[in-house]
Amino acid sequence: MSVRTYLLRTHGRTRLDWTDWVSYLYLVVGLFLMFGPVLWIVVSSFKTNAALSEFPPSFLPAGQKTTEVKGHEGRLPVFVVKLPDGTTKEMVELRRIGLNATMVDPAKPDEEVQVNINDRTKTRELRVATENYTQLFGKFSFGRYLWNSVFITVVATLITLLFNSMAAFALSKYKFAGQKAVFLLIIGTLMIPPTIILVPNFLVISNLGLLNSLWGVIWPAVATPTGVFLLRQYMLTIPDELLDAARMDHASEWQIYWRIVLPLTAPALAVLAIFSVMWRWNDFLWPLIVLSKSELFTLQLALNSFQGELQTEWNYLLAMTVITIIPVTLVFAFLQKHITTGIAASGVK
Amino acid sequence: MSTHGTANRVGLALTRIPGLLEPLMRGAQTVLGSARMPWVFLAPNLLIFGTFTFLPIVINFYYAFTGGVKLYPSERPFTGMENLATLFECGSYFDPSSCRQDIFWRAVFNTGKFALLQVGLMVVLSVLTALVLNRKIIGRGFWRGVFFYPVLLSPVVVALIWKWILQSQGVLNGLLVGVGAQPTEWLTSASWMFFWVILVSIWAHMGFYTLIVLAGLQAIPKDLYDAAEMDSASPWRVFARITLPLLMPNLLVVIVLAMIRAVQTFDEVFVLTGGGPGSATTFIVQFIYETGFAHAIHQYGLAAAASLVLAGALLVLTLLQLKATRSGGADK
Amino acid sequence: MHNPSKLTLALAALAFAAAATAPSFAAEIRVMCYQDGNECDVTKELAKRFETENKDVTVVVDTVPYKAITEQLPVQLGAGEGPDIARVTDLGGLSRFYLDITPYVKDAKYWEANFGKALAWLRASPTDKGIYGMQSQLTITGPFVNKTLFEQAKVPIPGPKATWDEWVTATKAVAKATQTPYAMAWDRSGHRFAGPAIDYGAKLFDAKGELVIDDGYKAIAKKFVEWNKDGTMPKEVWGGTGGSSYRDAFEEFKNGRIVMYLSGSWQIRRMGSQIGKAFDWVPVPNPCGPAACTGIPGGAAFVALKRTKSPKEVGRFLDFLAREDVYGEMMAKTENLPAHSGVAAKGVSYNVGPAEKAALNVFVGEVGKLSPIAYQIQGYKLNRAIFLPTVTRLSQAIVGEMSADDALARLSKDIDEQVKAAAK
Repeated sequence: MSVRTYLLRTHGRTRLDWTDWVSYLYLVVGLFLMFGPVLWIVVSSFKTNAALSEFPPSFLPAGQKTTEVKGHEGRLPVFVVKLPDGTTKEMVELRRIGLNATMVDPAKPDEEVQVNINDRTKTRELRVATENYTQLFGKFSFGRYLWNSVFITVVATLITLLFNSMAAFALSKYKFAGQKAVFLLIIGTLMIPPTIILVPNFLVISNLGLLNSLWGVIWPAVATPTGVFLLRQYMLTIPDELLDAARMDHASEWQIYWRIVLPLTAPALAVLAIFSVMWRWNDFLWPLIVLSKSELFTLQLALNSFQGELQTEWNYLLAMTVITIIPVTLVFAFLQKHITTGIAASGVK
Repeated sequence: MSTHGTANRVGLALTRIPGLLEPLMRGAQTVLGSARMPWVFLAPNLLIFGTFTFLPIVINFYYAFTGGVKLYPSERPFTGMENLATLFECGSYFDPSSCRQDIFWRAVFNTGKFALLQVGLMVVLSVLTALVLNRKIIGRGFWRGVFFYPVLLSPVVVALIWKWILQSQGVLNGLLVGVGAQPTEWLTSASWMFFWVILVSIWAHMGFYTLIVLAGLQAIPKDLYDAAEMDSASPWRVFARITLPLLMPNLLVVIVLAMIRAVQTFDEVFVLTGGGPGSATTFIVQFIYETGFAHAIHQYGLAAAASLVLAGALLVLTLLQLKATRSGGADK
Repeated sequence: MHNPSKLTLALAALAFAAAATAPSFAAEIRVMCYQDGNECDVTKELAKRFETENKDVTVVVDTVPYKAITEQLPVQLGAGEGPDIARVTDLGGLSRFYLDITPYVKDAKYWEANFGKALAWLRASPTDKGIYGMQSQLTITGPFVNKTLFEQAKVPIPGPKATWDEWVTATKAVAKATQTPYAMAWDRSGHRFAGPAIDYGAKLFDAKGELVIDDGYKAIAKKFVEWNKDGTMPKEVWGGTGGSSYRDAFEEFKNGRIVMYLSGSWQIRRMGSQIGKAFDWVPVPNPCGPAACTGIPGGAAFVALKRTKSPKEVGRFLDFLAREDVYGEMMAKTENLPAHSGVAAKGVSYNVGPAEKAALNVFVGEVGKLSPIAYQIQGYKLNRAIFLPTVTRLSQAIVGEMSADDALARLSKDIDEQVKAAAK
């Protein structure tokens, strides 16, 4: 079939009607709205501080041209200067005192000209400020924060998968007194916003000696009600006959759990793993309370604290934000299919 | 090839773990009997819940009925209902400025307004988006992911992204100037910031609920639509008569879940506006955080009392959710 | 059937766990430090020197954001957790957690002689005579102006006795002539606000020594709200955020969006490094009101904390930092004013550019003009009870949520509530 027909095929219908066009328009607008802001922040993170304070902001990162002049150290800023005879020329500024700037033509570095600062304008060129990122590594112990975030995320996810699947197994494959109550209790904790129990939890953690320890961040987070709910929903679909057969073969309950039920729950486990990675990576308030030693900070903590600190050194702030988004974006790019189908599958019925 | 080998080895190593635990669990089974084994499986989860959720809730309850600024419960004087009385001391409950804790009541109204507007708007958009995604479109998996991407971002990142856009010298004003309109001071206008807080919240969470609604749409049998097509029914009629009624149980659950989350909103709003301008976007959880934590004089008791009020509201919403699920039919 | 891999896995797990909570073996003292410029970096340097002179002690300096000091530290201390030394600004508010290091320092009289007034700020009551920490800097609040803009506008810079109204007129003229968006901005801080308040006759304390919002305070508050509303000051500094969180207006000043900026001496180094030669930034003497022309003294102090398990080492380290040569070096490197009278008398040889030197001298000149009320409020244990609600309530008035009168009435009530709560 021709290219045109291929592009406009509609899986059955013979031609596109207006609802199709509206749908595609909606999707494209949605694409722009969902990705646009993130794209903007990525582009902005490559701008110099000076470029960031320009208004209206340009799309591409730009900065003032700098050049070297014989006899002077370092790179000096280039301006477009309005000369007394009305012409304009590109000149380099050596120094500025008050309203007076001392400029030179780079070709004739010995002829200094005094120019009023109102008669000059900055030059622009495309300038990708990668130093926002490289200096970040110097300024903050970036590698350290990254390691802390990764450690917490990986360990917490593994433990979450284990504990939640055990609990879901108990709640789905058995019938025992108090089962419903336990289930409701677990789900009920969904309605406790962590802020409410912040201070008492802090007391508990400090009494357990887990303050200023990555484990103090990990342990409270591993028993997720959503995880138990998700896995239980899925495990309910596993036929009980499999378990009964195994029991007749004298398998222990643990073996049934580990060798039969758990492998069959793999898709739901994958979804929970992705969620857990996302939650732990993005954890903010709780680590903020538990960790005060800077070498234990996670990336999110570092990001927030430097938000308050440099308050407004936006160039570093933006770069750090972008770096924090990268792992999540990678997870999204590679595992997006699993996430979206997984939620749909074990979604609330 | 080498990664395959490593993955295999790691997987192999992980499968050895049950070997470590197996004798332990079998022993437990022998001692306790298989009937009690579910409790063994539940134990780790319950232990964590108990220590880090229930125990703090109990302590929080105690805080609500004590006063003073000391952290340790044993050092706090018992004050009974005083904290709750302070919270509820109002000339008129509908006018926050007549209340002793005016910021708390402003927060209550703000949170209520926010929850209703945000959830309402978000559910409508989610349904719309799910309807579009349910159609036969090219690259459906990709489009689904598009709306879900912001859900993966942390609240701090979401807030910073939008803060950057809304700066008075930011790109939004830049675009406005570009099309000849006037730039607006978004961050200092109370009504605009409330609007933006709702919008940002929808942006950050819509994808999740869209997928749940999509699942609900996909559960509707196709032959109903085929029958409607044979009768040449208009799209609006199809929606009103077939889609909406069958989607309703799913929608109810989505609405209640979204409300529970909306009432607990804190991180993204706090980083974006700090509760401002003034107290225009101050919500309940922020009040609790500031009263108990951020202010130099920590009024733990008052914060705990406010959290009791919040817990009460959430309890009502959760009961509603349970009722909705039950009436929806599918529950175990 | 035991595979070596099982054992190694178990050992690896243990190693992981241990690594996350590694104990140390030497006497280790932890210092929780925040910095405006480079104070913590310099402290780290000096700590290393201390370690070579005292090989049995390790000093770990944690640089944390200011927010951690104001929000996390008090809760940690309340739970009996936290560092051994902390660099704090709420000097009186945390006094119940301090350790008296008098028995651990070499010469208590040296401390009294050199840090006299500042030591009082750390004490819980006037009869207390303990030494609780070392004032790491003396800061004074005061305004900076963009001299280049004044020159471009050809407006003369007001003299040292000029009033706040005269400054407003002058900066507004400059802003108009140079198309600068706003004339002036003050940091979003009750501490900053207190200076102009005292200038306008606020006494801050009543006859009984309790906090009070009097006519002077109300007068300046109303003026301030007006200035924000009529465009003299940028609304977003105070009104752009909620609650009582701190926000400075440095970025506005740096980007040339305001002509005058009320902040303080701790910004000098930042100005030098971030503004540099882009324009001429100069501090000016505090403008006057009917009652005074004062700034507010202050500064962060390294305080010794009761919970420490190594009080002797804490004493030794603070003694080291208080040594004239070490303290002088710290001042020179951080470009701060000394709170140490010995060092102040000798003068600090700042290794800085001419702009910074001139700036420091302006602030040194301000020390003598400080009002006694300024010292009193700085030393008052519960000064946060007035500083923080001032920010919250005036911000509400600025964005139009309530009238200035309502805001001031609420402010009085807030102060009463907080003072009552703290007394329990």
